[in-house]
Amino acid sequence: MIEQSVVHKYLRKNKKFPHIWCPGCGHGVIMGSLLRAIDKMGVDRNNVAVISGIGCSSRTPTYLDFNTLHTTHGRALAFATGVKLARPDMLVIVVMGDGDAVGIGGNHFIHAARRNMDLKVVVYNNNIYGMTGGQASPTTPSGKKATTARYGNIERSFDICDLARSTGANYVARATSYHVKQLENYIYKSFNKKGFTVVEAVTHCPTTYGRLNSLKEPVAGMEFQKNNFIMKNLWDKLSDEEKQVKFPMGEFVDVDKEGFVTKYLNLIESVRQGD
Amino acid sequence: MGKKISFYEKWCKGCGICAAFCPKKCITMDENTNKPVWNEDECIQCGFCELRCPDFAIVVKKKGEK
Amino acid sequence: MIKLLQGNEACAYAALAAGVRFFAGYPITPSTEIAEIMSMELPKRGGKFIQMEDELASMAAIIGGSLGGLKSMTATSGPGLSLMQENIGYASITETPTLIVNVQRGGPSTGLPTMPSQSDIMAAKWGSHGDHPIIVTYPHTVPEIYNETIRSVYLSEKYRVPVILLLDEVIGHMREKIEIPDENTIEKFDRKVPTVPNDWFFPFEGNLEGVPPFASFGEGYRYHVTGLVHDVDGFPTSKHSQIERFMNRLIGKIDNNVNDILKWEEYNMEDAEYAILAAGCIARTARDTIKVLREKGIKIGLIRPVTIWPFMEQPLINATKKIKKLFVPELNLGMLSLEANRVLKGKLEVCPYNKINGEIIYPSELEKFIEEEI
Repeated sequence: MIEQSVVHKYLRKNKKFPHIWCPGCGHGVIMGSLLRAIDKMGVDRNNVAVISGIGCSSRTPTYLDFNTLHTTHGRALAFATGVKLARPDMLVIVVMGDGDAVGIGGNHFIHAARRNMDLKVVVYNNNIYGMTGGQASPTTPSGKKATTARYGNIERSFDICDLARSTGANYVARATSYHVKQLENYIYKSFNKKGFTVVEAVTHCPTTYGRLNSLKEPVAGMEFQKNNFIMKNLWDKLSDEEKQVKFPMGEFVDVDKEGFVTKYLNLIESVRQGD
Repeated sequence: MGKKISFYEKWCKGCGICAAFCPKKCITMDENTNKPVWNEDECIQCGFCELRCPDFAIVVKKKGEK
Repeated sequence: MIKLLQGNEACAYAALAAGVRFFAGYPITPSTEIAEIMSMELPKRGGKFIQMEDELASMAAIIGGSLGGLKSMTATSGPGLSLMQENIGYASITETPTLIVNVQRGGPSTGLPTMPSQSDIMAAKWGSHGDHPIIVTYPHTVPEIYNETIRSVYLSEKYRVPVILLLDEVIGHMREKIEIPDENTIEKFDRKVPTVPNDWFFPFEGNLEGVPPFASFGEGYRYHVTGLVHDVDGFPTSKHSQIERFMNRLIGKIDNNVNDILKWEEYNMEDAEYAILAAGCIARTARDTIKVLREKGIKIGLIRPVTIWPFMEQPLINATKKIKKLFVPELNLGMLSLEANRVLKGKLEVCPYNKINGEIIYPSELEKFIEEEI
């Protein structure tokens, strides 16, 4: 008999597979890690919402057997804020791409972090706008090519984890689609925390970013992650030159500041007692 | 169906990630079908091919499970 | 309880009475009082208020709140309405009940923040891209703001559609006597919920009126909501037959129920030879003008849309059958008159009177205009 994994348990039975993503796209790997983390939580799937914006990553919810919401480009966090306030007990997970989270949705990202809104964010960062054909995103590294940066990107790129840390998130971590066990572990950890949490899942896009930047074989993107992402404590010891070509991963923030929802529920309580 | 591996052939897009990162190098991509083939005698059931498969096309039996 | 309330205040208290329990908004003149009152009053009722980072987020948040099961609203003015248009379209296609109060000010752009204007009439209907269903209501007094706010919440829930409540700056900020009923006596009209379990539930299959029952997130119906055109199962579709079925139902649920949605008032129309078509604050100007003109022996009446979208097509045709001329005064360059012309197809002369200098239209000037035209 053909076996099923934990992941299969949460895939919608009325959706067609294989899924929409290109051969070798890392997004499926992240989705798998996400589902294993949800499974470990042991929560009622009726009490889980998965909310996305627009883009390749944002096709995730379509396949998942939860309360799912595929919103407008960049606005997923604002929609999720409404869902979370209406359903404070619900595990509200927000999946976004890099363009979604820190490009068009950058304002929502920093304000959700500032409020410490109790949302569990997973950013699928492939450094490119994949769905529209490979345009430069706010995380496309300087010098790398995109279909709207044919001569190499002259802009600087955002570090999503730095941004989340400086704007007030309770938990910030980074792993890659190659480092799949760490990824699952960080996502699981973030689910257990109150307040705003961000896991940056570095992924690869063989079809657009890869094609333009000599990483077009599906395996090449993962090979890059394997060779160039190292744990933060080791990365810290590198020379300045080495830091230019290697990338840190691991947990960057892990604090327990009170989240928005707790504060608001307390406010309701105290206002009503004052009546 | 293999003893250790369940493979959803229809879901596989032939990316080759399972073969490239198998720690025991016991997966090869079939030249004709572009789908993975396991040498199950060598397989230690570490599960990495399942975890890294972007298409949920692989299920590895846990060690000790029948 | 008799009170002296601003239009904006009446709107906020009516929304609370109608059961609105979630408000997300961003400050903008001349609507801000509504947000301020909601911030104060919602927690007392266990409801939630949040000030978002902009109007894009505000509209998104109330859609989320509504999907989570709370009656939800926001309030804004022209520039904010422009930003909300993206997600108003999303509320339309996902059939998420939401109330958007738009206290109009002069435009374009930042325009005239503290002055009255009626220039969002078309933006309310056509502002978001694509063919989409929407209902727009337009009260003209403080007591009517109270009642229309409640009716707007009701319509949005019944038809699963965003409803824009258009207010005029001068009524939003004007104080008028109003008798407020006890909040607990207002009917709370619950959403129609599915009557079958999850496995057999098609979240976007319409009932006889074309409206699907509503399952809030967390109630056991794990369905998919998307701004892509979708089939009855909620999943995106690119099949032309399914697209057509979906779009026809989406638009049809409003078009086929206009008799229930439309509301208008006819004043002094029984014996009228002339008529004024006016909405909001300019309907008040028209009333005063009619009084004076009638004293002079001119038989003139008022037709006043309360539901402004869908437009009162048949009622306008019926009401103007014996009318010689239709005067349309408004604080824009001819939005109601454009509609009137479209509906009446040249069978009746439509005389627009437009003013866009930030002032209201005074009865004396309207009187003079009408006398000259007659």
